[in-house]
Amino acid sequence: MNLLNQFKDAKLCKQVLAELTAELKAPFRFMEVCGTHTVAIFQSGLRSLFPENLIHVSGPGCPVCVTHEKEVALFFELAKKDVILATFGDLMRVPGPDKKSLKDLQAEGAKIKVVYSPFDALTLARENPLAKVVFIGVGFETTAPTIAATLKIAKKEKVKNFFVLCLHKLVPPALRALVVDPQLKVEGFLLPGHVSAIIGVKPYLFLAKEYSIPAVIGGFEPLDILQALYLLVKMKNEGKAEIINSYKRVVKTEGNVKAQEVLAEVFQPCAALWRGIGEIPESGLQLREKYADFDAFQVFDLQFPEVPPLKGCKCGEVLKGLIRPDECPLFKKVCTPQHPVGPCMVSTEGSCAAYYKYSL
Amino acid sequence: MSKLLLDYGSGGKASQRLIKDIFVKYFSNPYLDKLDDAAFLQEIKPPLAMSTDSYTVDPIIFPGGDIGSLAVHGTVNDVAMLGAKPKFLSCAFILEEGLELDLLETIVKSMAEAAKKAEVFLVTGDTKVVPKGAVDKIFINTTGIGEVLVEPAPAGSRARPGDVVIVSGTIGDHGLTILSKRQGISFETEIKSDSAPLNLLIEKLVKNIPEVHVLRDPTRGGLATTLNEIAGQSQVGIFIEEDSIPIREEVKGGCSFLGLDPLYLANEGKLILILPQKYQEQALEILKADTLGQDATVIGEVKEEYAGKVVLKTGLGGNRLLDMLEGEQLPRIC
Repeated sequence: MNLLNQFKDAKLCKQVLAELTAELKAPFRFMEVCGTHTVAIFQSGLRSLFPENLIHVSGPGCPVCVTHEKEVALFFELAKKDVILATFGDLMRVPGPDKKSLKDLQAEGAKIKVVYSPFDALTLARENPLAKVVFIGVGFETTAPTIAATLKIAKKEKVKNFFVLCLHKLVPPALRALVVDPQLKVEGFLLPGHVSAIIGVKPYLFLAKEYSIPAVIGGFEPLDILQALYLLVKMKNEGKAEIINSYKRVVKTEGNVKAQEVLAEVFQPCAALWRGIGEIPESGLQLREKYADFDAFQVFDLQFPEVPPLKGCKCGEVLKGLIRPDECPLFKKVCTPQHPVGPCMVSTEGSCAAYYKYSL
Repeated sequence: MSKLLLDYGSGGKASQRLIKDIFVKYFSNPYLDKLDDAAFLQEIKPPLAMSTDSYTVDPIIFPGGDIGSLAVHGTVNDVAMLGAKPKFLSCAFILEEGLELDLLETIVKSMAEAAKKAEVFLVTGDTKVVPKGAVDKIFINTTGIGEVLVEPAPAGSRARPGDVVIVSGTIGDHGLTILSKRQGISFETEIKSDSAPLNLLIEKLVKNIPEVHVLRDPTRGGLATTLNEIAGQSQVGIFIEEDSIPIREEVKGGCSFLGLDPLYLANEGKLILILPQKYQEQALEILKADTLGQDATVIGEVKEEYAGKVVLKTGLGGNRLLDMLEGEQLPRIC
């Protein structure tokens, strides 16, 4: 049996699920803050197996979903300039101003290339020396290090036609913004395994120390998730609030120090806009001064456009875990994966899309 | 190395040379060799099945096949899915100016070999050469025609509660092979496309089993999309056991790495067979005796409830919807 299958073992999962059910003495509301967790919970069928009093809400954990409407409008403006826009595929279907998506702009003739990694975007710049290639840098602590590494290479090679539109976001400041919200009634967090592999355990300690909320770093296989939830419920029953790393095969306590160094060398924290939440201080990354030549904001003199809020869209409330996707009046009626209104329906890792795709 | 010039599509002497030196050389058969405006077909009896498809795959040569063999297999398989014996194919080429003639010859040769293996004749064709950039190297359209062997013919609307769902082998091989070879994905794998003609296997199935309700090849959109189409056409619920779907470990690994779901990846040498449970063993025996069906297995059953939907019972025992794919699968961010 290989590693992939071990953590899906049905017998073991059923055992842990039984233990979790036995431990649940009262309703328990947990939030996962990673889109990959959202999908894993649905895709594995775990959600249909959860006991009734285990209440599952999805948080702001999908990089596409949290991209603010002003940020979306910004890269739409950029797409209309004389540039090649390089992007991860997830962004292609996000509806922007006038309900068009990057796919529509591409069909209208805008030069937009889907890439799997920022290195491919740099290659694109090298292969098209006369064009200006702008990479849309969205994503969390997981994606930012490879973009930082790409920028280091671009700087070393003195590539003059490669730029990054830096819209990166950081998870811990968003968690803080969530827990200070009096409306939020989350009793425990399932913390993102991939992000934690980069940042380690320390940045989450405030959840337990300052807000007495237990949290567990978990992996993405069904057994990982069940184990993490069991630990969360157990902490609640024992009246404890700690940050437990139950994904030790991937996450080190100190995180990935090398990646942290690369991040710190290229980026510095800044305020960032989050869809549905608004501006959160110190929750984004911007390029340091020595990388100014690669900064699309500076090079193309970009400002966030004013954008009216999406009518009736409740993605903000979904992202904060205040309502379930199927409680949004637009869900499945106006807002579908075919015609998404809000970003939570666009991304495959969005909670509305997961609800739509997997719920019977 | 000689390259294709616009002259070759002029209809004049250059065109004649191209047809004679490449196409007729490899495709030669009594129907084609007459080189009339149309092929004269005598030995074909109604009811007939007919299907057409255009092939634009990138890259044009990939592990396990190329655009030429794919253009034969794809259309032959589509015709065969009606429980038919494909007999004749037409082929139309749209070629980009500057295409290397050696490459064209390789593709044409591969098509001829695929047609021979599938026991069909390429009886008529057309060639156009368009200016550089108007197409990407080579596009091929093939149309196939064949004799329907059974009455009633298998159809997407004939799945009935009590039927079993069989798939003839591993899922996702072709789709992942193509994606992993596309520009921009630096991803090495040993996986090969499963591109193959299924018609001879289908002939054995429909001639020996009295009731075959549905035959479909899960090409674009993959297994999940095709099952959804059948559930919709037949207005039945299709219940699939996740753990019983055959998927190679390399495909699972590659999909996990790229954020793709193998159930939505294209297959070019696999079929979905839906038939009454009483014929299950007979069908599996026929399938497994053929190299193209050796990994055949039952993956689910047809029920009345959840009409129009596909329900996936996951490895853990949970149930979830297995929905249709919205657009193309896109690479994810993290």
